[in-house]
Amino acid sequence: MSGAQAVPGSTTAEAPGLPRRRRLLGVAWPVAASLAAFVIAWQLVVLVSGLQSFILPGPLTVAQRFVKAWTDGTMWPHVAQTLVEILLGFAIGATIALAVGVLLARSRLAERLLSPYLVAAQATPVLALAPLIVLWFGNGLPSKLVITTLIVFFPVAVATMVGIRSVDPRLLEMARSFRATGWQTIARVEVPAALPAILGGMRVGVTLAVIGAIVGEWAGGEKGLGVLINIARASLFDTPLMFAALAQLALIGVTLYLVMVLIERRLVGDR
Amino acid sequence: MTMAREPATEAPLPASARVPAPRPGAGIRIDGVSLTFRGARTAHVLDAVDLDVAPNEVIGLIGPNGCGKSTLLRVLAGLVPADGGRVALDGDPVTGPDERVGLVFQEPRLLAWRTAEENVRFPMELAGWSGERQRARADDLLGLVGLREFARAKPSTLSGGTRQRVSIARALALEPRVLLLDEPFSALDALTRERFNLELLRLWERTGTTILVVTHSIPEAIFLADRVVVMSPRPAHVVADIRVELPRPRRLTDLDSALVSSLAADVRAHLVDTTDDRIAMAEAATAVTAGARPGTRARHADTEPGTPAWFDPFRPEDEA
Repeated sequence: MSGAQAVPGSTTAEAPGLPRRRRLLGVAWPVAASLAAFVIAWQLVVLVSGLQSFILPGPLTVAQRFVKAWTDGTMWPHVAQTLVEILLGFAIGATIALAVGVLLARSRLAERLLSPYLVAAQATPVLALAPLIVLWFGNGLPSKLVITTLIVFFPVAVATMVGIRSVDPRLLEMARSFRATGWQTIARVEVPAALPAILGGMRVGVTLAVIGAIVGEWAGGEKGLGVLINIARASLFDTPLMFAALAQLALIGVTLYLVMVLIERRLVGDR
Repeated sequence: MTMAREPATEAPLPASARVPAPRPGAGIRIDGVSLTFRGARTAHVLDAVDLDVAPNEVIGLIGPNGCGKSTLLRVLAGLVPADGGRVALDGDPVTGPDERVGLVFQEPRLLAWRTAEENVRFPMELAGWSGERQRARADDLLGLVGLREFARAKPSTLSGGTRQRVSIARALALEPRVLLLDEPFSALDALTRERFNLELLRLWERTGTTILVVTHSIPEAIFLADRVVVMSPRPAHVVADIRVELPRPRRLTDLDSALVSSLAADVRAHLVDTTDDRIAMAEAATAVTAGARPGTRARHADTEPGTPAWFDPFRPEDEA
């Protein structure tokens, strides 16, 4: 996809009338252009600085290593492990956070009792906690899930709480006039009304989940992209592989973020 | 928000609308109802209000700003408990939100993520109706308010008036025997408002509910009601109960009759006009939010929600 294919003057804004493919192209070409500019700049830095490939490999070297890592089977097991950690950890963290967020929003007492711990937990860097968590939960999946859950929890819980607190009290009175029970009010009025805020928190949470998984793997693990980065750097001295793993990680992060944005648009886009 | 999707033809009530046989409206008895809001500033809102409403009657409730008309409506709807006195529907005391009462608010209060039809189905879902029954009833109701073609429209694509029709259909969902309306058309322009008043009367003829409508407009009260009840400034009590001897069905031209002007003069004579903003402000500051969460200080449901802060020990609400 190159700039030449794009319709001149087409922008993301002129959405409605255009056919879907042309619209996609209109979105795609600035992205492609910025990506191209980034790669060119990278290549230029490599050329001008004359840095060795084990310090800063060029984009082509990394791309070749990336393809090789996928074809010779190095990449997949690590990607699979990290993906499971991210998705499962995010699911657990977001679910608990949703429930706690609702509780915090509805009960001042709960808020007063729990808030100091939540703030303290958020203020303590996960990076510092990770070794301890690995010590307690072992080298395997559980410790990664705990770390990811922890890191996802805060933004989603706060977004849920703030979202539900800002639900128009007039809607709640309306629901009450139709004899809504507490659960009906939560499920049919408060959570749907707070959904834009909740999804916003999840969008932040999903990118943090990537960080959580990698931090967990660094603190101790046998598989995963974080482990691969460590191995490539420390034992293999394969800097291009390390960059390939980083690129893969970025790819996962961007993809998950975009998926969240799509879900958001689908669920609350037409309000 | 794109407005102006008002139905093109305003044939108010298509004859095709299937309406179940009207259930007779319920009689209302309000007996010495008093209410004082206690808070930072205590406000005595209702002072021994007495009112008897016959089944199927239409009552126009009128009074100065902030006198407590809306509060009285909320007491009737079971949303706010009275301190003293009794409210009964057909002899049964009202102790909480009641299925026999449908409430229409000043604003439509629709759920933005639901279509018009889904909004109308909301009370039926809460009541646990089957999907089939919900669909049939919602279709009838949308037909009744002339909005069948807008069943799948989201509120944000509808005009203010159309939204209010949806909210009226929703209030009628569970076949209430009393319809309470709190300044339902005050946000509409004068012409639309007249048309909606006419439609409300047609609706009343078809559904046979008892109607109590709070309004600020003397002609509106007279046009709609069998009796116009005038309330005093706060603490509110009934100061006049004026019978409107206009024949039904009423037409908009009735408003030009000499009888109407003499009635209007009569109502106006009893209506103490308070332009005292302190009263209105005191109501906004002290009134009770229906459904206030435990431990929160009551906030009036008609005020916009504030920006909530998370874990802010200095938040004024927390000092109470």
